[in-house]
Amino acid sequence: MSDSGATNRYVLQAKNLEKSFGLTPALRGANLDARQSEVLAIMGPSGSGKSTLLHCLAGIFKPDGGEVWLDGQRLDQMSEEERTRLRRTQFGFVFQFGQLVPELTAEDNIALPLLLNKVNRSEAYTRARSWFKRLGIEGMEKHRSGELSGGQAQRVAIARALAIQPKVIFADEPTGSLDSLASEQVMELLVGAAREQGTTVVIVTHDPRIAAYADREVVVRDGQVTTAPRKQQAVR
Amino acid sequence: MSTSYALLGVLGRQPSYGYDLKKDYDTLYGNERPLAFGQVYATLSRLLRDRKIATETTEQAAGPERKLYAITNLGRKDLEDWLVTPEKLHPNTQTVLLTKVVSAILLDKEPRLYLDAQRAAHIERMRGLTDARRKGDFAQSLRADYALFHLEADLRWIDITEARLETLIKEIRGE
Repeated sequence: MSDSGATNRYVLQAKNLEKSFGLTPALRGANLDARQSEVLAIMGPSGSGKSTLLHCLAGIFKPDGGEVWLDGQRLDQMSEEERTRLRRTQFGFVFQFGQLVPELTAEDNIALPLLLNKVNRSEAYTRARSWFKRLGIEGMEKHRSGELSGGQAQRVAIARALAIQPKVIFADEPTGSLDSLASEQVMELLVGAAREQGTTVVIVTHDPRIAAYADREVVVRDGQVTTAPRKQQAVR
Repeated sequence: MSTSYALLGVLGRQPSYGYDLKKDYDTLYGNERPLAFGQVYATLSRLLRDRKIATETTEQAAGPERKLYAITNLGRKDLEDWLVTPEKLHPNTQTVLLTKVVSAILLDKEPRLYLDAQRAAHIERMRGLTDARRKGDFAQSLRADYALFHLEADLRWIDITEARLETLIKEIRGE
């Protein structure tokens, strides 16, 4: 068990994942595991396969080979319908851009996944509104996403991802479009709230300052996951 | 050098006794590495010698004699000149990293392993600083930010070096 509260129980595991786009291999035997409540950063150069790995873990892509396990369930063998249901009920997503529905208000956006999960309307909106003080944007409940700054929109997106109390949050460059201060606020919120809920967070980032919020980082290189040697291990 | 200016800056706000000066310094800059009293008084002696500060009054209350230190016009001018003078860059860290990469190549070792280890060590340090920033006061937070951005610069160099390793290896081995 780490200081962060992560347990030894694996919530998510990838075993020997293979994925190609046409003739171009993106994943070539990638292995990864994430514990409950763990914050894990996936780093690596552009084109290394890190986003593909995230999409396979989240059931968005079906791998060509290998296995993805979520809490004892074999995700890669599920039907598209089953994976869709899983994504809606067990996973939260935070991307760099464009994840909020522009026609909806901030509170609508947070309430939306709850409504899709059959939470009654009154309860969904009560829970959605309870986030705003914590997000530091009280009074913006009725603002449409286009009226929010980048940092505010990302905070709403994080609340939306966490509102259903998912097992895992997948974040792909969640601060990629933000300045340093807004990035810090977004990461504090994401990591803080996830830890309180016991949610595992998998973050794809090229930014070491973002990776520093994680309990552990791995590097994807040429479609494979390498765990960097720890600081005390000399290179011989 | 910067300790002198840091103390001049504190005195620039108002005159101070040596003990209070040390306390102010530690609060503003040195909670992790507090300034030793010996260093405070040695620095004050140098500043007195250089006429950048003066002993304004000497008190004799019930306790031992206490000296109140104040910045002089010369000291204030020196401090203000220092403020507007950009610092020289310190490329030492990068030089060491480059030497390790080149040495690894010369010895036919895998430089990527060294870069991975260094990246992990850097991120581990950044993790500690990120935590310290969260738990510390505003000054600690700013100090941590400064260190974080420098480590980030090293990491960018590590990334770009890794991306160019093949070229570097060919160049060094004359291929």
